[in-house]
Amino acid sequence: MLTGRRNAFLAWLLVLPASVLLVVFTHYPVIGTAWHSFMSTPRGRRPARFVGLENYQTMLADPIFWKAFYNNLIYAAGTIPLSVALALAMAVLVSSRIPGRGLLRMAYFTPTVLPMIAVANIWLFFYTPGYGLLDQFLALFGLGGTNWLGSPDTALWCVIVVSIWKEAGFFMIFYLAALQQIPPDLREAAAIEGSGRWYFFRRVTLPLLMPTTLFITINAVINAFRLVDHIFILTRGGPDNATSVLLFYIYEIGFKFWDEGLASAMTIVLLAVLAATAIAQFVFAEKRVHYQ
Amino acid sequence: MNLAKILRTTAMAAAFAAMAGAAQAATELTFYYPIAVGGAVTKIIDGMTADFEKANPDIKIKPVYAGSYQDTITKIMTAVKGGDAPQLAVALSTDMFTLIDEDAIVPFDEMAKTDADKAWMKSFYPGFMANSQTPAKAGGMTTWGIPFQRSTIVLYWNKEMFKEAGLDPEVPPKTWAEMTAMATKLTKRDASGNVTQWGVQIPSSGFPYWLFQGLTTPNDAMLMNAAGTETYFDKPGVIEALQYWVDLSRKEKVHPPGIVEWGTTPKDFFEKKVAIIWTTTGNLTNVKDNAKFPFGVGMLPANKRLGSPTGGGNFYVFKKASPEQRAAALRFIEWMTSPERAAAWSIATGYVAVSPAAWETPAMKAYVKDFAAPLVARDQLQYAVAELSTHDNQRVTKALNDGLQAALTGAKSPADAMKDAQREADRILKDYR
Repeated sequence: MLTGRRNAFLAWLLVLPASVLLVVFTHYPVIGTAWHSFMSTPRGRRPARFVGLENYQTMLADPIFWKAFYNNLIYAAGTIPLSVALALAMAVLVSSRIPGRGLLRMAYFTPTVLPMIAVANIWLFFYTPGYGLLDQFLALFGLGGTNWLGSPDTALWCVIVVSIWKEAGFFMIFYLAALQQIPPDLREAAAIEGSGRWYFFRRVTLPLLMPTTLFITINAVINAFRLVDHIFILTRGGPDNATSVLLFYIYEIGFKFWDEGLASAMTIVLLAVLAATAIAQFVFAEKRVHYQ
Repeated sequence: MNLAKILRTTAMAAAFAAMAGAAQAATELTFYYPIAVGGAVTKIIDGMTADFEKANPDIKIKPVYAGSYQDTITKIMTAVKGGDAPQLAVALSTDMFTLIDEDAIVPFDEMAKTDADKAWMKSFYPGFMANSQTPAKAGGMTTWGIPFQRSTIVLYWNKEMFKEAGLDPEVPPKTWAEMTAMATKLTKRDASGNVTQWGVQIPSSGFPYWLFQGLTTPNDAMLMNAAGTETYFDKPGVIEALQYWVDLSRKEKVHPPGIVEWGTTPKDFFEKKVAIIWTTTGNLTNVKDNAKFPFGVGMLPANKRLGSPTGGGNFYVFKKASPEQRAAALRFIEWMTSPERAAAWSIATGYVAVSPAAWETPAMKAYVKDFAAPLVARDQLQYAVAELSTHDNQRVTKALNDGLQAALTGAKSPADAMKDAQREADRILKDYR
């Protein structure tokens, strides 16, 4: 009994550092933000006061908020499936025995190592009209002179491409590790049964990769709302909010306009969206993902 | 231990104590500053503060590099809200209202006590003071900022291209009509109609409102009042100026379509993709070092008058500072903006020297003897107006930026875009009226 109590005490003591960090840097900020979202923004000598749902009403009436929300959905729909599919394709390619495999793996992983701001500065010159890499390439076919980042029709897609380029290599590493875990006897058994490569991939490899896919997809969803660094360099949300996504707009409201109340309300909405997607994914995962 | 040794030790201890006491007596100031142009600016600032400390041993300055202008104001505001404001900072002159509304800064009129201080406050170009003062309740003006790293917009032109197009390489466009005509001659197309060389480009990413003031000012239109409570975005003169900008690309087709990136504009110029660019005087050193062809620097073309907005950063002193710290801060700022220092700072960075006296120093005179381009910026100052700055500044500015970008990309007509921007600005500013 005494040792049991001592064990429990020891266990709590061991958990303490992690839980203190979590409470201070995760749970308290969430509660604090929720509280601030019901308060007005203090200015100078005017302190914050309780305003109820006013910040939420302002948010719902703000057309730029809806624009950013809509942009974010397109951004997510553009980045998540493509980066995951690309990661899988790259992982399959570099896990097979091909010459120069090490070099190829490194090449695919390089974008992950580079800081996003540096990446964005490189891509800024890829997209430059006239002498940018993209336009120089298109000039070979008689096209060119496209203002990729300066036109509302193309700017968001340009931002999406950079995200995919940046993320796919990172996700590839997880797929690569998972592919190495698949026992080779499965392939031998399948070969004896006479299954083709595509059939084997579809019925054996892909199901075995499902836990990894779930993990990667959750990360991709989070990144679709979190990865906005490059927007600061490439477009600053422009032209006319065409590339403004939720987190970028929250930053503008919070740290450029200093409207903490409104920024808190939007943060709560973003948190709710993320929580809902994560829960939906886990519910879906219960049915579809088979852990070994 | 003999007596001599004891005495020596005691003396040393006393000396240490005295030194520590002296260090404590020195007034310490934390000084935030941003960097917005190329070059080893941190080194220059550190060197200047070290020189100041040498001349003023009773004051210790701790310079803190705080990032871009946006980073700097973010850090300042966070520090102010956390009760840990610096005593002294350089931030955008347009951040003035933001800092006033936060009740964070002290007016210089309160700190300037002697006649010399008061004379010093009057020693700057009025164009630069426009963004540093607000109308005082008792009449006259209250001074909240002191000009330090200030700039203005000028045009740069490629003399080779002018010659190729049959234009006089020494004469830049003087009026809007001339700029359109010259840009038409300077725009080149290949056989399939793709443009290989643009006539003119005015950047419109990030802060298009500033470049836009280079069009509204010559059109004799103001964007806001001095109290920062009214904007005039939907006035005919403003819409006309926007129409001219939009027409350059959409009607005349001598200006790249869509949004032109601010950051790559100098590079476009170096790569000979464009003959005339508009950008800050802060890029002067950059262009001088990287342009592989003869170039000229000219004033922005006039329509009804000459004109350009000023830009850049001011010194601010914070309320948090004690009376001693305020006095020390004032001494430091006076020293940093003295004619010799202002001239050295201008030569090292490309910023416009902030007082007429700085241009009379031997160093400055020697500098412009070989390189006359800085004089253009100085001469344009007499026509310069304040950069757009109001209460809740960044929000009002964003309303205008969004409107400008909507018009430039063709999403809205200039008139509709400016009416929408004005409506949004009215909504934001109504609390301050």
